[in-house]
Amino acid sequence: MSPTFEELTVGQEIGTRSIDVTRQDLVKYAGASGDFNPIHWNEAFATSVELPGVIAHGMFTMGAAVQLVSDWAGDPAAVVDYQTRFTKPVLVTDTTGTDEAGAVIDVTGVVGALDADARTARIDLTVVAAGLKVLMKSQAVVKVS
Amino acid sequence: MSINPDLQGRSYPAAEVYDVGREKIREFAKAVKAGNPAHFDVDAAKALGHSDLVAPPTFAIIIAQRADAQLVEDPESGIDFSRVVHADQRFTHHRAIVAGDKLVAELHVDGVRAMGGGAMITTRSEISTVEGEKVATTTSSILVRGEGQ
Repeated sequence: MSPTFEELTVGQEIGTRSIDVTRQDLVKYAGASGDFNPIHWNEAFATSVELPGVIAHGMFTMGAAVQLVSDWAGDPAAVVDYQTRFTKPVLVTDTTGTDEAGAVIDVTGVVGALDADARTARIDLTVVAAGLKVLMKSQAVVKVS
Repeated sequence: MSINPDLQGRSYPAAEVYDVGREKIREFAKAVKAGNPAHFDVDAAKALGHSDLVAPPTFAIIIAQRADAQLVEDPESGIDFSRVVHADQRFTHHRAIVAGDKLVAELHVDGVRAMGGGAMITTRSEISTVEGEKVATTTSSILVRGEGQ
């Protein structure tokens, strides 16, 4: 069920989501987005540019994290504004050939602000991988009926 | 090579047209692990009042990064793509992107700031339909790392 504006309060949690990420997911995202920077799929290249290993596209993390909001809103088009800062890379280890995730991203959404005139809710996302906040000021503004 | 400070204020006019296709929306939605039926099923999208499949909230990055490529590949810019780190990103949707849209992006370089041996570059893409209807504004900052950064 889609939320209604009147039932929302600042500080209310809208839900959580845990996202498993594999190297194959990064290859899929590279193809879908057109971002073929090899730091997202080639270990030797990533370490040659002083990264600890292959890292997820920031835009993969941003794109996957907002699904919590899209699903909560009911209509993905209700997300009228979405921003983030990328603070820490998400290191994705090579688990090819196993059922293990190469990284796990945990997302929590909280109502951060309400605008009664525009009937919008700002959802603040906390996005954590390996114990570190990987996105900061991750905020989605949602039109609520 | 260092970043050209004269980039600030520069703009790149809308170039190629991006045709938003149903299969691309489905592919992108799967790639960001989006499960909302409005990305996959035309009837589900229509039930929400859309004319066709709805793109996920970050889909416009495809169009924005194509526009950014004009700057990165501009020999006058001095940007080494292998040293680029994405610092921040914002999407403001004036309306939903749906399958069937024909979109163009006009790129503006809003800021160039020296940071250590590198630079922080802020760009904005104004995405509209070929008829001129405003669809989305995206802003992005990239950090071009200097040597040893």
